[in-house]
Amino acid sequence: MKISLGPVLYYWSEEKLRQFYGQIAESPVDIVYLGETICSKRRSLNTDQWIEIARQLKAAGKEVILSTLALLEAESELKTMRRICGNGEFTVEANDLAAVNLRSEQGESFVVGHSVNIYNQGAMEVLAEAGMNRWVLSVELSRETLRDLQQHRPDGVETEIFAWGRIPLAYAARCYTARHYELPKDDCQYRCIDDSDGMLLNTKEGEPFLTINGIQTQSAQSCNLLGAMEEMRELGVDVVRISPQSMFTPEIIKLFDQVQRQEISLQDGMAAADRFLPYGGVDGYWRGEAGIDKTAKTDDSSVI
Amino acid sequence: MELVCPAGNLPSLKAAIDNGADAVYVGFKDDTNARNFAGLNFNEKNVGQGIEYAHSHGARLFAAINTFPQPSGWERWTAAVDSAAEAGVDAVILADIGILDYAANRWPDLKLHLSVQGSATNYEAISFMHRTFGIRRVVIPRVLSAPQVRHLAEHTPVPLELFGFGSLCVMVEGRCLLSSYATGRSPNTYGACSPGSHVEWIDRKDGGMETRLGGILVDSCGAGENVGYPTICKGRFEVQGKEGYAIEEPTSLNTLELLPEMMAMGIAAIKIEGRQRSPAYVAQVTRVWRAAIDACKRNPESFRVQSVWNAELDKVAEGAQTTLGAYHRSWQ
Repeated sequence: MKISLGPVLYYWSEEKLRQFYGQIAESPVDIVYLGETICSKRRSLNTDQWIEIARQLKAAGKEVILSTLALLEAESELKTMRRICGNGEFTVEANDLAAVNLRSEQGESFVVGHSVNIYNQGAMEVLAEAGMNRWVLSVELSRETLRDLQQHRPDGVETEIFAWGRIPLAYAARCYTARHYELPKDDCQYRCIDDSDGMLLNTKEGEPFLTINGIQTQSAQSCNLLGAMEEMRELGVDVVRISPQSMFTPEIIKLFDQVQRQEISLQDGMAAADRFLPYGGVDGYWRGEAGIDKTAKTDDSSVI
Repeated sequence: MELVCPAGNLPSLKAAIDNGADAVYVGFKDDTNARNFAGLNFNEKNVGQGIEYAHSHGARLFAAINTFPQPSGWERWTAAVDSAAEAGVDAVILADIGILDYAANRWPDLKLHLSVQGSATNYEAISFMHRTFGIRRVVIPRVLSAPQVRHLAEHTPVPLELFGFGSLCVMVEGRCLLSSYATGRSPNTYGACSPGSHVEWIDRKDGGMETRLGGILVDSCGAGENVGYPTICKGRFEVQGKEGYAIEEPTSLNTLELLPEMMAMGIAAIKIEGRQRSPAYVAQVTRVWRAAIDACKRNPESFRVQSVWNAELDKVAEGAQTTLGAYHRSWQ
């Protein structure tokens, strides 16, 4: 299976992004998704600068895909998306049907991200017909559903699984970061740049539950499917996705690579993974349970 | 401008039509619709009675089949489309691309509306659904500001249906997984958020109360206060030392004052939320909106929201307060 790096979901400075992708170029990741997918007001890099980074990563041997916004409301957002869809050099991840529409009209292929709902074979066939060459399983669907979907997957379509990171759970018009600071969205002062992994939301009992990331709500806990690598391979998964976090992303990529190459045991890998999980790992969705259910322990009881 | 009202059962359907609804929307008794609540919704037999009542009173009936089937349940959704088409509904309200494809091929004469669960917030997305399936109407998620709705209306040939009143989803519908994160069941997969089977109301020794969803504390209050149903987006949480409604207060959407603007934009229909509510709610809300739409049609320039209308609506609003929601930019 190939390892991919999803788009950075948080607001990072230009310096931080350039430094990050410099490290990624050296990492064993195969595919990199690039671009702003959450909020059009975040402009550390403009489209030309993203394309410049895309070229650098391509020169380093990576497959590069330009990701598009998940929630498109304003004409200016459609304009940026048109520019990305018509870049003529890199393929595109459609995170809304708007990008599906444009790419299919252009006769160009595209990846369908996890915020476009593909829950059954019928949806997959329509999108494959429109030009989809890879799809990302909805983060709330289970391995059982994946198994059914893989049996009738159209030819030429690859399957990607969100395997690591805080789970994207919802999108809204309202910016919850601005709301937290009691600022109007139109004058948000870009406060989300202060939280490079979003803002933790606890229950009133102090239990970590969600992460606020501007207009997006994520889980507090991170999805960890390192232990499901073998299962995913058996199910014919082509790509496993790691979602960037501000710390340890290169180490996490390396860990997935090492486990896949059997350079380290899964038990050791899972133990190492714990260090990179600020609020613990979850894999409930994969097992068909509540998403927050904790990652099942591997057989070795010495693993915590 | 058409007034589209909710009906969770035949008494509500009659209440809507008797009070001036142009159309009612219903669902079947299973997870094929986004109000999959116990004791609610229609079967093949009484949906026929509903259609008969609607048609004999000059109203239309739409069937919402607006959740997302997985392969193991696929036939339940296609059967719902078949039942709706065979019963003679005036349109089906669909969200899933696979089911839209099925309906468009199997029932080419059936009118297709794109549900709010289809998450279409821009004219490019609507264009894809229009050219692929020939959708006749699209229900817009409750995330756009009024100027954005106007821009949308100017750029799509597909008639728009807007939410006018009712419980307020602050997240883009069709893309909200908060409920399944806590319970394993979401509106997409199960047809309801915060399913009753996972809800706990716990009396505390101090006279207060707490609500939990899947064991997760969503809200709590002291003696004499009230907590609402534990919908995650309307719970109280703590963020960086600040406790409160981090996402949204329990309020209802009420857009009566935007009626002239919506009419000027050429909005095809106003949707009232609340298939899970009582026939009394449906009657009350329909009556007010019928009067308001008629007044606005007669004379849009001099249209004023009557205080008696808002007083009537406030009585049935969730949390007994209302908001313009995303239509008003400052809310965002």
